[in-house]
Amino acid sequence: MPDTANSDTNLPYALRAYSREDLVGALRKMFLIRKFEEGAEDSYTRGLIHGTMHLSIGQEASAVGSCMSLTDADKITSTHRGHGHCVAKNADLGRMFAEFFGKETGYCRGRGGSMHIADVEKGNLGANGIVGGGLPIAVGAALTAKRLGTGAVTICFFGDGANNEGAFHEALNMASVWKLPVVFVCENNKYGMSTSIERSTSVKNIADRAVAYSMPGVTVDGNDFSAVTEAVDAAVARARAGEGPSLVENLTYRWRGHSKSDRNRYRTKEEIAEWMERDPIRRMADLLVSHDILSEAEVGALEAETEQEIRDAIAFANQSPAPLIEDATRFVYTEEMA
Amino acid sequence: MNAMDTPEARELSYAEAIREAMDIALESDPRVVLMGEDIGVYGGAFQVTGDLVHKYGTDRVMDTPISELGGAGVAVGAALTGLRPIFEFQFSDFAALAMEQIVNQAAKLRYMLGGAVSVPLVMRFPAGSGTGAAAQHSQSIEAWLAHVPGLKVVQPSTPEDAKGLLLAALEDPDPVMIFEHKILYKSKGLVPAGHYTTPIGKAAIRRAGTDLTIVATSIMVHKALAAAETLAAEGIEAEVIDLRTVRPMDRETVLASVRKTGRLLCVYEGVKTLGVGAEVSAMVAESDAFDFLDAPIVRLGGAECPIPYNPDLEKAVVPQVPGILDAARALAKGRI
Repeated sequence: MPDTANSDTNLPYALRAYSREDLVGALRKMFLIRKFEEGAEDSYTRGLIHGTMHLSIGQEASAVGSCMSLTDADKITSTHRGHGHCVAKNADLGRMFAEFFGKETGYCRGRGGSMHIADVEKGNLGANGIVGGGLPIAVGAALTAKRLGTGAVTICFFGDGANNEGAFHEALNMASVWKLPVVFVCENNKYGMSTSIERSTSVKNIADRAVAYSMPGVTVDGNDFSAVTEAVDAAVARARAGEGPSLVENLTYRWRGHSKSDRNRYRTKEEIAEWMERDPIRRMADLLVSHDILSEAEVGALEAETEQEIRDAIAFANQSPAPLIEDATRFVYTEEMA
Repeated sequence: MNAMDTPEARELSYAEAIREAMDIALESDPRVVLMGEDIGVYGGAFQVTGDLVHKYGTDRVMDTPISELGGAGVAVGAALTGLRPIFEFQFSDFAALAMEQIVNQAAKLRYMLGGAVSVPLVMRFPAGSGTGAAAQHSQSIEAWLAHVPGLKVVQPSTPEDAKGLLLAALEDPDPVMIFEHKILYKSKGLVPAGHYTTPIGKAAIRRAGTDLTIVATSIMVHKALAAAETLAAEGIEAEVIDLRTVRPMDRETVLASVRKTGRLLCVYEGVKTLGVGAEVSAMVAESDAFDFLDAPIVRLGGAECPIPYNPDLEKAVVPQVPGILDAARALAKGRI
C-alpha cells in the first residue's frame, strides 16, 4: 500500500509513496520478468518448450508498477502477454516454468501453458488466449467484490488490440453504470500483432475512450515506473473508495515480436532501437541509484540474484513429472464423470 | 421425486415454476444474483422473472444493458469469484453474441487452469419456434452448446422439472445451460412446494411401452405423448423417454429401453443433422443395444432451414404429432 508520509513533492511519486524495501522489491520483480522471458526464449530455442509464447520484454514497468498497491485479496485479469503480470502478482517462478514446460507441477498442471497461467490464491484470475476475453470477467470479479463487500479491487490488463473488441466497450460501460471497483490498465505497445494503433484505432489515445464511459482516463509513459504507479495507485484508491472504474493507458513497447511466428516486417530496426533506449528497468535502476536507494553494485548484485532464481526455477520445471496421458480428460468438470 | 405423491404439490405454469425456483434461491443464498435484459420491472420478455425485482431489489435482479457478450462475461467473472449468477438470455438466439464467453471462457476455465477453479454459472435460454418470431428468435441451439466439454445442457419439459433442474443447476459447481421452450412457459403441471432438485444427467420415462422407444426432448415430449395415446388405441405401445439432460446424456435409461422395444425413434426440434437425435442414435448404434434393434433407427428433427415466419411454414419445419404417428407406425410395422 502506498505510504504518503514523505511529502517532499519534488520527489517522483514512487519515492514518496513507497519504502526502500518496496522499491527494491519492485526492481527485483522487473529483473525477474526480464530474466523469466529470456529464460523462456532460451528454453524454446533448446526445444524444451513447444507451442508459442508472447514475451513482455520491455513492458516490465507496466506490470510491476500497476500492481504496487494491490494485496493478495485484490484480483487481476491478464492477457496472452501475461508472464509479467504473474510475477508482479507474486507467482512462483518454478510453477510458472513448469506450466510452460507442460509439467504436472505447473500452475495449470500442464493443461494451460503460457496463455493460461493463473494463480487464484494470489488473486491472479489468469491470462487469456482471447484478445479482450478478460475484460468482462474482470467486471464480474468487481461485481462480486461490490456485492459481497470484500473491499477488493480488480485490475484488468489488456492490450491496445483489445480496445477494438466489442467486449472492451461492453465491459467499460457496465463497470461505469454499476460503479464497480475495477481499473482498466491498457498496455499500449503500439501494435496489435502487426497492425499499428494508427491503422486500427480512431482515437489518438486509447484513454480518450474513457470519456465515452464517464470514467477518468489517463495516458502515461508506461516505461516510467513512477508514472505508472502514480496513475494506477490513484485509480485503485478511487475504486477502493467506491467511486467506480478508471482507465489508465501505459505507453510501452515490446522488444520482441508478437510471438514466435513474427518476422518483424511491420516495424523498423531504428524504432526498436529507439525504444530499447527507454528500457524501463534501466530507468528504474537509475531512479533508485540517483536517489541513493541502491548503489550500482547493488543493482548488479540484484540482477545476478534474479538470474540464479530463474536458473533454479527452470531446473525445477525440468525435473518435474509430466501429466499422465490417462488424465488428459480430467478437470473438465468439478465432479468428474465416468 | 414424483409430484403426484407430494401432498404440497400445486398446479403452476412452467414460467411460475422457474420463478419459484429463483425466488427460493434468492431467499436462501445471498450469493445468488439474476442478470439479464429487461428482467427487472419489465419482468423479462416472457415474464419469467416477473415481480422478483420488487422483492429483492435491483442489486440482485439486475437489468443489464443490451450487451450479451459483456453480460455473459460479467456472469462468468462473478461465478469465478464467489457469486452464483443466473443469467437470462432474452432469446436463446442471442447467445450467438456471447459464444466467446460461454465456449472459450466458462466451459474451459476449469480445464485450462488444471482444476484450480470452478465456474458455477447458470444460464437460461428461452428457445424454440411457434411464436411467429421468425429465424432470429426461434432457434433450438442446444446441440451447439452440448458439443462443448465443460458445459452441462438441460431441457426441462415440465413445470416440475423446470424448477427442479434450475435448483440442481444452482447446486452444480460447473456451468449449466438451461434451454426453456417458450411455448411451454404457459403450460401447467403439478409442482412440489419448497426446495427440491431434479438430477442433471437423468432421463425420465414418461410413458412405459413395449413396441418402440421414442426419445424426445423439451416440447417434443408432449407431442410424443399425444402420439403415443393415439398409437395405443391402434395397439402400438410406445415408451416415451424425456431426455431432460442433453449433456451428460443418460445412456443407461435409453439403452435399457431400446433393448426392451427393439425400435428407436428420436424426436427433437433442433435441426436434424448433427442434432441431439444424432447423438442418441450413435450412442445406441455403438452399444450392445444395437443387437436388439429390429429396424433402422428413425430421427425426426427440424428441417434444414432457418425457422420461417409464415405460421404454416413454421409448423411444417419442426416435428408435429401427425409426423410422429406416421414414423412410429412405419417403425412398428411387423411388430403388430
